[in-house]
Amino acid sequence: MKQTWLLVGGALVVIGFAWMVLVGIPHTMLVRVEAPPGLEPYTESQARGRTVYIRNGCIYCHTQQVRDDAFTSDVARGWGRRPTVPADYVYDRPHLMGTMRTGPDLINVGIRLPDPEWHLIHFYDPRAVVEWSIMPPYRFLFDEVPEEEVGPDDRVVAIPGRGPDEPVVVATPDVLALVDYLRSLNRSYPLAQPAGAAEDAGIAEPGEPAEVDDRSGRTMP
Amino acid sequence: MSGGEARAVGVGSALTAPAPRPAEEASRLPTSEERELRLRVDRSSRRPVLVAFGCSLVALLLGSVFGLTASVQMHSPELAGPGWLTFGRVRTAHLNAMVYGWASLAMLGVSLWMIPRLVHQELKWARLAEFGVWIWALALGYQLVRILGGIPSGMEWLEIGLYTGDTFLTVGGGMVGVALLRTLLARAVPHLYVSVWYIMAALIWFPIIFITGNWPAWAGAESAAVNWFYAHNALGLWLTAINVGAAYYLIPKVLGRPVYSYQLSLVGFWTLGFFYSLNGMHHVIGGPMPTWMITTSITASVLMVIPVAAVAINHHMTVVGRFAALRYSPTLRFVVLGAMAYTAVSLQGIFTALREVNRITHFTQWTVGHAHVGVYAFATLILFGSIYYILPRVLRREWPSARLISWHFWLVLLGIALYVTALTVAGVFQGLYLMDPAVPFRASVDVTLAGLQARSVAAVMLTAGHVVFAWHVWRLWRRPTPERELAPFHALRPVVREAGS
Ligand code: HEC
Repeated sequence: MKQTWLLVGGALVVIGFAWMVLVGIPHTMLVRVEAPPGLEPYTESQARGRTVYIRNGCIYCHTQQVRDDAFTSDVARGWGRRPTVPADYVYDRPHLMGTMRTGPDLINVGIRLPDPEWHLIHFYDPRAVVEWSIMPPYRFLFDEVPEEEVGPDDRVVAIPGRGPDEPVVVATPDVLALVDYLRSLNRSYPLAQPAGAAEDAGIAEPGEPAEVDDRSGRTMP
Repeated sequence: MSGGEARAVGVGSALTAPAPRPAEEASRLPTSEERELRLRVDRSSRRPVLVAFGCSLVALLLGSVFGLTASVQMHSPELAGPGWLTFGRVRTAHLNAMVYGWASLAMLGVSLWMIPRLVHQELKWARLAEFGVWIWALALGYQLVRILGGIPSGMEWLEIGLYTGDTFLTVGGGMVGVALLRTLLARAVPHLYVSVWYIMAALIWFPIIFITGNWPAWAGAESAAVNWFYAHNALGLWLTAINVGAAYYLIPKVLGRPVYSYQLSLVGFWTLGFFYSLNGMHHVIGGPMPTWMITTSITASVLMVIPVAAVAINHHMTVVGRFAALRYSPTLRFVVLGAMAYTAVSLQGIFTALREVNRITHFTQWTVGHAHVGVYAFATLILFGSIYYILPRVLRREWPSARLISWHFWLVLLGIALYVTALTVAGVFQGLYLMDPAVPFRASVDVTLAGLQARSVAAVMLTAGHVVFAWHVWRLWRRPTPERELAPFHALRPVVREAGS
């Protein structure tokens, strides 16, 4: 090559084309995706919990997506009743779909694990509830307070195996918000179209609530 | 390479004349004008190059410590520590220190040195470039603190804060890019060598993808698409482009032999840009994304065979028959291994982009292993090789110790081999267990433990290698410049002649 303009121009054309295909055109399609009727926006507390999730890097061990059940076992494993679709994420800013499954997928964890107490103990000491877990403990999301200083509004967590003379474990607002967020994770409401068609178009339009989209008839554990 | 200090004289070496096209100038000693020119050119880029390499080494050491910490925590989660040391933050600090600190800054250093050399022109606006490097490095340092403090922006590879970080990286990188473009426009050679294409294109591509990725407009599934458009291109159009460009310079240069085929370089370059840039959506196979996007990316991923083969043949055919030279030039050893790793990681990437494979390997340690073949075995080894070549020229003195180079080489080579093997094997089992709904989830965790522990051993080796390297750079820095002008590498010529074709 001899001309600088050929190099610079060519480089711009190449990236411009890819930009159109993977960013520009999808934008015109995905921006029109509307929330399905079954999906609520995050409450203030859930949104706060979501930032706690981001700040502590839960995303590096947990995904939030149920992949196509035609060629993965995500649904069969009980991580969702159906594959997730773009409409399931309209309130997610940014997305937290993740890339690693050191731990289970969490996009429907609100259905599986509704008990806040379980989550609180699990965050304080994962191995107290799941003995083989390699999830890190999040003790810095709790305060240790002498028994007599516990206020009336404090959420005391009964950690198994703690002696009576040890300080009491009190949940911080951050971890309570996080639990709130996790309990809200539920993408099992029906979609307007059969899930298969929605995937093909990549877009699930809201509309008449369909009867069921649970093609497999499998239920969540 | 066991030979003590004497042998070390030639270690950072090339055998022949630098020239716009190493090809034509092969196998003769430089004339005095050429030598004069090179000295002048190297002097012009000296400061920004040294700043970039210096900062990149600090990031390399920090990133190694973060990486090691995260690795150990993963199999021993009770070593969690306070919030700023939690796995999710340390791991993120590791990635950002390595990608934006070590690799990117070292790449800026390589570009700042190589472009002036290749266009026979002093670096223009060197002050601006130096300032740009400082802005980048300091902004990144601040961002690492923020990440550990728990203020990342939430998307992988894009954790750096928008206003406090991305803006500064864009401006700092832009200043380097502008200075290099200015230098290119003032070039004193008619032809642009292959490395110039790759490096200049990367400097144009990077700001475009970086701004796209960080643009605060995306939400929901679309933010995932943009996330992977960016992150994949950060590998393909930034890390890959500059390091392939560096290999294209260093291999022919050290061997004193032209690049095998000019046509192949052209094919390789344009197809790399065209196909690589479309690859990103293979990171969301089966996920909530329009199927046509994913299919486009899978197709483009498979077509990556073309640029990869072009580069692989070109590099390999340039070296073939002279592999013995690897024993004498550390630059060549690192760069040739890096180039081989490039072929390997690309083929692995194509394989992993196939639905049948991806559904098993996607969310497992396999992916972490794959990322390290790319960013470490390919990019980092080439950057080590480049620094071994460039620093003695910029500082005008040779590396003090061949033994330290050997230690560095073997520690990181064995370290990365162990790293990749451990995680790849662990990842395959993890993936197969996850695919079978009859196997409890626990099995997919337990089966990775041995691999994760082996990875920590690998992390110790890599970190040790980096400490050796940094120590050696420090010794080189402190070493006085000899009175006599550095006369490179006469000692090596006969050896390579014998070994050569
Ligand atoms: C080092 C990887 C890792 C990190 C980081 C991590 N987890 Fe986990 N997580 C796991 C593993 C492994 C399991 C499965 C064992 C268990 O239940 O503890 C798990 C399980 C869970 C479960 C139970 C899911 C189920 O279906 O049983 C929840 C909820 C959870 N994690 C939430 C979080 C949150 C929130 C964060 C961030 C604050 C987080 N995790 C960070 C590895 C991790």
